[in-house]
Amino acid sequence: MTLSFFDQFMSPTYLGIPLIALALSLPWILYPKPTTRWLNNRLITLQGWFINRFTQQIFQPLSLGGHKWATLLASLMLFLITLNMLGLLPYTFTPTTQLSLNMAFAVPLWLATVIIGMRNQPTHALGHLLPEGTPTLLIPVLIIIETISLFIRPLALGVRLTANLTAGHLLIQLIATAAFVLLPLMPTVAILTAVLLFLLTLLEIAVAMIQAYVFVLLLSLYLQENV
Amino acid sequence: MTSHNALSPFIPIIPCSKPSAPVKMADRQVSLAEKRLMDVKLNQLGAWLGGRDFTPNGILSAIRRGHDRYYNKYINVKKGGIGGVAMLLVGYVAISYLWEYDHIKHDRWRKYH
Repeated sequence: MTLSFFDQFMSPTYLGIPLIALALSLPWILYPKPTTRWLNNRLITLQGWFINRFTQQIFQPLSLGGHKWATLLASLMLFLITLNMLGLLPYTFTPTTQLSLNMAFAVPLWLATVIIGMRNQPTHALGHLLPEGTPTLLIPVLIIIETISLFIRPLALGVRLTANLTAGHLLIQLIATAAFVLLPLMPTVAILTAVLLFLLTLLEIAVAMIQAYVFVLLLSLYLQENV
Repeated sequence: MTSHNALSPFIPIIPCSKPSAPVKMADRQVSLAEKRLMDVKLNQLGAWLGGRDFTPNGILSAIRRGHDRYYNKYINVKKGGIGGVAMLLVGYVAISYLWEYDHIKHDRWRKYH
């Protein structure tokens, strides 16, 4: 039975089409285009409010040069939060549990921030490698450490998202299996496990939203350093 | 699909003593290939299928029309509730289940796997 717990992360195919194709295209249907009317329907109004709040929050500390990234980061946030939340529905597939997808988001965007910094203000960008006020003896060591930390950023971004979601889904499956198996044997313990499962599901909903937010927030921070 | 916005008052004058079926004012004469599926008679089904457009563009426009019909009926209304999106999500769950059935059937509860 242990091997089957990881089967949920393999995208199953039907008629040759993997389910990940459907899962990736679903967010597109859920966000309709705003019309030219003064008052849109409730769905669009809610989404517009959310996008406005989020964009204000993220782009307030950024200088004007970073505001060019507003569309990209807002759409990335919407995409990630929708994928994460949809993955909590039963029988669905979460594409963000695949490391390949998350690295494909993280590496190009991080690399873009670094290249923008290096091209426009190379001295300032390189200056980030040495925090202010370090003792003179520590300077070589610290530069090496800061370079390593710079290059580990895309890896951290991708793996953070993957690991959080994968661990959450795995825990849900494990605890649900435990509750299901315990039901004929020890009903009280099974009920306690079911309560635990309920709380865990609430946590997963929160994690889904938070992880998407953290991803985009960190990207905006890297942008802020470099723009 | 022709839009039914302009309902011209179409009162047919049938020159026979007793019409077999009462023709309503809202019935417009459309060609077979353009009729909706529910309006096609059973014996006309083959001809209707032959007349439809199955090119990629045709399929995309059919998907677009279906989406617009669903959207305008359930979501783009004055006091839309959670039902419009909830139906979509339930449909998505159902399709996901169908898609993974071959994969999931190994998880059935049995004594020996």
